[in-house]
Amino acid sequence: MNVKNYMVLTIPSKSQNEAFARVVAAAFASQLDPNIEELADIKTAVSEAVTNSIIHGYEDREGEITIKCRMDEYSVEIEIKDEGKGIEDVEQARQPLYTSKPELERSGMGFTVMETFMDEVEVYSEIDKGTVVLMKKKFASLAKEQGVSGNEG
Amino acid sequence: MDLTAKITGNILICRVKGDLDHHTAEEFRTFVDYNLENNPVKHLLLDLTNLSFIDSSGIGTLIGRYKKVSSVGGKVVVVNENKQVSRVFEVSGIYEIISSYSSISKAINDI
Repeated sequence: MNVKNYMVLTIPSKSQNEAFARVVAAAFASQLDPNIEELADIKTAVSEAVTNSIIHGYEDREGEITIKCRMDEYSVEIEIKDEGKGIEDVEQARQPLYTSKPELERSGMGFTVMETFMDEVEVYSEIDKGTVVLMKKKFASLAKEQGVSGNEG
Repeated sequence: MDLTAKITGNILICRVKGDLDHHTAEEFRTFVDYNLENNPVKHLLLDLTNLSFIDSSGIGTLIGRYKKVSSVGGKVVVVNENKQVSRVFEVSGIYEIISSYSSISKAINDI
């Protein structure tokens, strides 16, 4: 990635920061002038990852979540990192409808939403160390304008 | 989040304004359940005209309300959701259990 701009945001794992984090990420991405749907995709995916860190990473304690965003001409990379308890089985966690907290009315669709709305989602997790979610989105609307296919890796 | 409720026949009509995420889920759940339990209603109509955002945490609370309402034979319907909300509904499969309408009157007629 030929980085044109970047940002780093660190927030405590409070639920009121979910809206703040997704709005900041979308505001950063809006510099590229993607369409409204693409910006909504960013917002939704970031909301899912940050919420996972709060609910599952830190559970009942408070910790820090760091959000790093980078952009090139027509795509963004977003990394969401916590230092929480980690995910025991990442493959299982990514399954649609899987939730480790069925008692909490969780839909188990967080990773499915991220995977649907972003082009790439990578998850790195270590027990008692934390989790990093790295997501990439190529703005098809911009790639089209520049004559580049939006679906190429 | 801003929530208002009114009753039409045996339908609880709830207007939802703002974002429905993990942070606001508890407020939504408490408000809707209180109104379902303390009014002579069977069905739940959610007017989503002013719902600006939802994520999978919001979907979880909708599924919870669906289970509650359908357990007594009622229906849950939504009205006028925006494109972001509609995409999350599609991905999560919620349209399988909750029907969507373009207006409150159409929804009421169909319940």
